[in-house]
Amino acid sequence: MTDAPRPPAASGPAVVETADVVIVGAGPAGLSAAVTLRRMGVERVVVLDREATPGGIPRHCAHPPYGLREFGWIMTGPTYARRLVAAARAAGAEIRAATTVTALRPGPAVEVTSDAGRATIRARAVLLATGVRESTRAQRLIGGTRPGGVLSTGALQGMVHLAGVLPFRRPAILGSEMVAFSALMTCRAHDIRPVAMIEPGARTVARWPAALLPRALGIPLMLNTTVAAIEGGARVEGLCVQTPRGPRRLAADGLIVSGGFRPEGALLPGSHLTRDPGTGGPEVDPHGRLSDPAFFAAGNLLHPVETAGWCWNEGRRVARSIVLGLRGALPLPAPDPAGGRIALRGPLAYVTPRRICAPGDAALDRLILRMARPARGRLSLRVDGHEIAGSTLDARPERRLFLPLPPAGHGAVEVVFDEDGGDTG
Amino acid sequence: MRGVGMESFDAAVIGAGVVGCAAARRLALCGARVVVLEAAADILDGASKGNSAILHTGFDAPPGSLEAACIAAGHTEYLEIHERLGLPLDRAGALVLAWSQDEAARLPALMDKARANGVATIEPLTGAAIRALEPELAPGVVAGFRVPGEYLIDPWSTPLAYLRQALANGAQLWRSCAVTGARWDGKIWHLDTAQGPVGARAVIAAAGLWGDRVEAMFTGQATFTIRPRKGQFVVFDKPAAGLVRHILLPVPTEVTKGIVVCRTVFGNLLVGPTAEEQEGRRHAPLDTATLGRLRTLGEAILPALADHEVTAVYAGLRPASERPEYRITWDADRRFLGLGAIRSTGLSAALGLARHAAELIAATEPGWRALPEPAWPRVPNISEGAARDWQCPGHGGILCHCELVTRREVEAALDGPLGARTLAGLKRRTRVTMGRCQGFYCSEALARLTEGRLTEPMGLTGD
Repeated sequence: MTDAPRPPAASGPAVVETADVVIVGAGPAGLSAAVTLRRMGVERVVVLDREATPGGIPRHCAHPPYGLREFGWIMTGPTYARRLVAAARAAGAEIRAATTVTALRPGPAVEVTSDAGRATIRARAVLLATGVRESTRAQRLIGGTRPGGVLSTGALQGMVHLAGVLPFRRPAILGSEMVAFSALMTCRAHDIRPVAMIEPGARTVARWPAALLPRALGIPLMLNTTVAAIEGGARVEGLCVQTPRGPRRLAADGLIVSGGFRPEGALLPGSHLTRDPGTGGPEVDPHGRLSDPAFFAAGNLLHPVETAGWCWNEGRRVARSIVLGLRGALPLPAPDPAGGRIALRGPLAYVTPRRICAPGDAALDRLILRMARPARGRLSLRVDGHEIAGSTLDARPERRLFLPLPPAGHGAVEVVFDEDGGDTG
Repeated sequence: MRGVGMESFDAAVIGAGVVGCAAARRLALCGARVVVLEAAADILDGASKGNSAILHTGFDAPPGSLEAACIAAGHTEYLEIHERLGLPLDRAGALVLAWSQDEAARLPALMDKARANGVATIEPLTGAAIRALEPELAPGVVAGFRVPGEYLIDPWSTPLAYLRQALANGAQLWRSCAVTGARWDGKIWHLDTAQGPVGARAVIAAAGLWGDRVEAMFTGQATFTIRPRKGQFVVFDKPAAGLVRHILLPVPTEVTKGIVVCRTVFGNLLVGPTAEEQEGRRHAPLDTATLGRLRTLGEAILPALADHEVTAVYAGLRPASERPEYRITWDADRRFLGLGAIRSTGLSAALGLARHAAELIAATEPGWRALPEPAWPRVPNISEGAARDWQCPGHGGILCHCELVTRREVEAALDGPLGARTLAGLKRRTRVTMGRCQGFYCSEALARLTEGRLTEPMGLTGD
């Protein structure tokens, strides 16, 4: 028996490298930004990804439709991911896989670790494009035992597509966002036969036509139903579900806990950057710029969750902001961060971009909003109390809402959802 | 099965929980040939897998009890040996908080008890002094006292290190090795096990949740009955750990130490445990409503917790009995020692219990000679209190991104005589998949790396 290696005392990395722009995350947003930066003449673009294979989430979504806008035809996720990686390499970006960012520093700089050891990479700008993940069984406080076979869609797809391992044969799927249907298709392609799709709400979150899929495949859709407890020792043996007609036991050997996306923003709390408590990602201005203007962000880190194509497009647009920023041609950030922020009132989960800045030709060209709960009323963008845009609507948390960007320097900006306001008749 | 014929040992320890691991270590250091027999596929599979990871001083133990003596001795020895074994120590200290005048009225008696237990360093504090020490604490604390010696440790590496030192000094570990029968022939015990017959001159039962049943196998009738007591916990994500400096304890009741709020050596924040009697000894099912109440209670103590995410939820089972004290059975003639109902202080008391056990048995074994120069193997550090593997080159890349667990760490944990046999055992040795994504990112790489290595593979076997 040998002793464990004794690591050196904790200190900063000794190796220091430089780049013009460091991009954290080689998914659709990060890779499209890399291509754009290179095409706009940025010399040294380094894309870091902690996974052994770059490409992001599409790597394990082995189904269409991907790539129509980007490459002109429809392809599966893995093909799309390979195309994105090839395009970034062809454009002259350096992609470093299996390299984990451990800290974001003013400067800007990022600290990394890889098999080669620790290093600091200094840059002129840093783009965060770290994407999203699904929320877990723990975050949903689902009861019961803790057997194997309780997985997110991402973990399932990684296991079956990349590792060739089947975690179960007869799971239930919790959730009915688009990703739940992606899970369903993954199951079907691997002879896994889901026993039910369970949705706590009164209707499926994903819109038609995906919502027709379970019925077409003969899989019961259980609405207004929650998973009360997971049963089993080493493996799932059954599920206790709470249905509108009372408790029921489902025979299942697994549970796919799908959706409930949240930004992968783990680097933010330990950094000097301001977090947006609404999205859980960084607080950005319309140029994709963070509280430290040398940092930018793009993709689903900003808004859980949009499509790969959306993120790809946003990566391109924020890359243009970065180039303008490097040339000193971006409008100045608001001097007072507290005053330069949109205030929220009413049952709103988030509004992004939250920081106010002269829009110019902004990368993020409108406000994206989500509700915290279903509500009816008037949504309005107000400057010094005067509505400059708004609509009366019946809003649901799963649907994104839009407002135009507010002007800068004209007074206090707020986004209000007034449940007493408007005539919703 | 381990070949033909019976292998014989000086001592057999039944159960590889923290008490069994510590006992095996102590006996091995005493020069005994030791075998540890564990029914489960891996160590720490019962009561020792879920606790609050606190090294207690024993300030609130019954003065004069064996429990108080073992906690004090265990605390002292841990401080002496932890560095040599590579184990962390977070000297957080604890605050006992009274939230009402009724609770405050009970503080003087508690402080007297602490002093009677030899914990002399306690400091009474006013509500204002407590708020100065813990600015994030909710208003309403009336008074309290500080127990500087309550520390945070690594609940899994600690018993692993004890057992590892036992093995490095000649002990053996037999896993998937339930003991099914026992016979005393006047000189030695003949044990029937799932791995074949074992002979032992002495037996220590440290069987936790099965302690009464194992004891009955040796004595005909156990002197106690295990009444499993479940404790559910909520673990918050790392940024929440900065909300507290101390371990926050409530004023304890007769039944339980109550709900603790503390950080962990892994850099998270813990709220728990509950104390719920249940029949089952095998599973500790979680309950959504109870977890929700724990979350609410945590927010009542630390309001800023409302903005923090839950990373994990878990539950442990304490091997309590029908009485509050440890249930120790010693048959000097037949050299059987039952360490029963080590209900909630096992992690703190284990080294003390091990010394107690060794003293009892060694008195009957004049031939034992303590090892003059025992080996002191170090366990890999997985806590945040010291440098981690990801900080050293050659780690093969990060496998679990949330907890920064490297490929090299996972491979090392799967190897050797103490290599992980279950995914849960691998988690306890490395923290892999225990972070905020709970396997969203690393299940694939982990499934590949563990293929053919675990008794319950991550994927289904067969076609």
